[in-house]
Amino acid sequence: MTEVRLADESFLTDDFLRQLINVGEVDILVGVPTHNNAKTIGAIVETVQAGILKFFPRERAAIINADGGSRDGTRELVASAAIDDAQRRSKLYTLRTLHSISTQYGSSPARGTALRTILAAAELLRAKACSVISPESTQITTDWLTTLLRPVYSEEFDLVLPTYSRHRFDGILLTNLLYPMTRALYGLEIREPYALECAFSGRLGSQFLAQNPWHDETARAGSEIQFTLAAIAGQYRICQSFLGTKEHVDRRAADLVPALRQTVGALFSSLEPNFSLWNAKTGSHPIPTTGPAREFTLEPLRVNRKRLRGMFSTGVAELESVFQSILSPSTLAELQQIARLEDFRYSAELWVKTVYEFAAAYHKSVINRDHIIQALAPLFRGRAYTFLVENGNGSAADVEDNIEALCLEFERMKPYLLEIWNGRE
Amino acid sequence: MREMIVTELTQAMQELSRGFAHILPRIIVWAIIAFVGWVVAYGLRVFLRSILRLIKFDKLAENAGASQLLTRAALPSATELVSRFAFWVAWLGFILLGVSVLGIVGLQGQIARFFLFLPRLFVALFIMFFGLLGASFLSRAALLAAVNANLPSPRLLSVSIRTIIIIFVLSMVFEEVGVAEQTMLVAFGIVLGALMLGLAIAFGAGGKDLAQQFLEKRLVHGKKDEPKEDELSPL
Repeated sequence: MTEVRLADESFLTDDFLRQLINVGEVDILVGVPTHNNAKTIGAIVETVQAGILKFFPRERAAIINADGGSRDGTRELVASAAIDDAQRRSKLYTLRTLHSISTQYGSSPARGTALRTILAAAELLRAKACSVISPESTQITTDWLTTLLRPVYSEEFDLVLPTYSRHRFDGILLTNLLYPMTRALYGLEIREPYALECAFSGRLGSQFLAQNPWHDETARAGSEIQFTLAAIAGQYRICQSFLGTKEHVDRRAADLVPALRQTVGALFSSLEPNFSLWNAKTGSHPIPTTGPAREFTLEPLRVNRKRLRGMFSTGVAELESVFQSILSPSTLAELQQIARLEDFRYSAELWVKTVYEFAAAYHKSVINRDHIIQALAPLFRGRAYTFLVENGNGSAADVEDNIEALCLEFERMKPYLLEIWNGRE
Repeated sequence: MREMIVTELTQAMQELSRGFAHILPRIIVWAIIAFVGWVVAYGLRVFLRSILRLIKFDKLAENAGASQLLTRAALPSATELVSRFAFWVAWLGFILLGVSVLGIVGLQGQIARFFLFLPRLFVALFIMFFGLLGASFLSRAALLAAVNANLPSPRLLSVSIRTIIIIFVLSMVFEEVGVAEQTMLVAFGIVLGALMLGLAIAFGAGGKDLAQQFLEKRLVHGKKDEPKEDELSPL
């Protein structure tokens, strides 16, 4: 007899639990975390419904909206997206049930809690294949549903991560730190380790739900990347699927520190529990990928390079006392040297050395860990500036070559990380 | 006459011997107490040093900025200093306890006052340590936030925050140990008042354009159409 283990549903509201019990069991579950997404959520839910009708008409399905206290009617829009309208529009009809449930998990947005709610719902409904769709993905098409869910539902993959066609300067933190470092550490060429869209099996979802320390602020903040790392650590079957163009999102510079906390902080904190997994790995290999691993678009983009350069130079000068606790004297001296130059190059080798020394400092908690992450921001701006300069006139292939060279540098210098991990105090 | 002197001397010697015989056991008791105290204090020092090393107290002191102060003053590490301090306080306590056994009139009150002062001294040291820790943490947090927000003079902001907190902590410490309470209170008020006035004048006179921009940005929406440049999306 199979052991039946239900999710810890204590954090779910009674009303939400009642609705889930009414649904029963499903084959497919699509989760949409939201917070004030009234402008986009209607179209996204309609596309998801149409995708399910088109590609999974014989499966029992549910759309779960986990909302962080929207005040613009987002939840009402999800609730009003009736399946009958979708059937009329698409002229496709489901043979089984398609439910749409919205719940509010809190009064302020918290991505980790939203993901936890979706995972708990998936476990309670015993969903075989689940997907999470970002409420900002306005370029979503019905094909996304099959591209993401089919490998889990039919090919027994446990995690499907997206790849996109992006602007060459979009996602610089991904291309210059998260992708190369994850690849060097765990030996898998995962292009988007921090994925706002993904699909996963019920067993991976349940395992992550049970093991992730949800009470920990860092674990909650970086739950997306923690999810990928949990799949790697658990040696689940992972693949990538190309979803098409990811629109350039205009972000203010102030977004950088929260982005670093959510991603780099989570990556650094995962190094301790996974030490036995990554310390012996050398090199890397590709994972199964449907479509291209990455495409770059080259249209012109106005970027304030002067500001990036200025913030790097100021940061290196002003944070000297902080860097003395984190970086080795030689790395700090090199950084101070290039920060004084008008047109500097933050080389791949120096960048990798910097990142690894930050990771070791985070492990040893030389100062407050959040301060370590914050101190990385000005240095990242310096690296971003160099990336812009080096790839300013390059073709898509040149950009890809540069990223590949950086990845190889991360792999080449991995012994340095191991050396300082337990070595220098 | 001669006999009288001899008698007096003999009497004095006998009294001295009696007095010495009377106090000798007390001195021996005092010496035993002092010796036992030394053993206990030494044990306490070793124990405390091990505990502090175990909890990485030196790193904590470094974070608090206390280590730098100690190095500049050519003092040993924070762990060594605290364990030595505990040793001397404990041994001195035992010595004074032994002195009270001697029954010297006038010293009893002083010894009692010393023991009453000890808790206040410990509280003051506690305030001092955590105050320095807080000052270091908050000044670094302010420095990082200011650098990442691209604010002018981040280090000045950080040092100002650190200085204000340290002044505040010192005033609390002096008040706790009862040293120049009134003077410290007045001095603290004057320093803080002067600092605030200075900042207000500096902001008003030197940064009026900045203040104007700030207020316009906050209160007047859509007044100026600034040229918009893309920021890189990190993710």
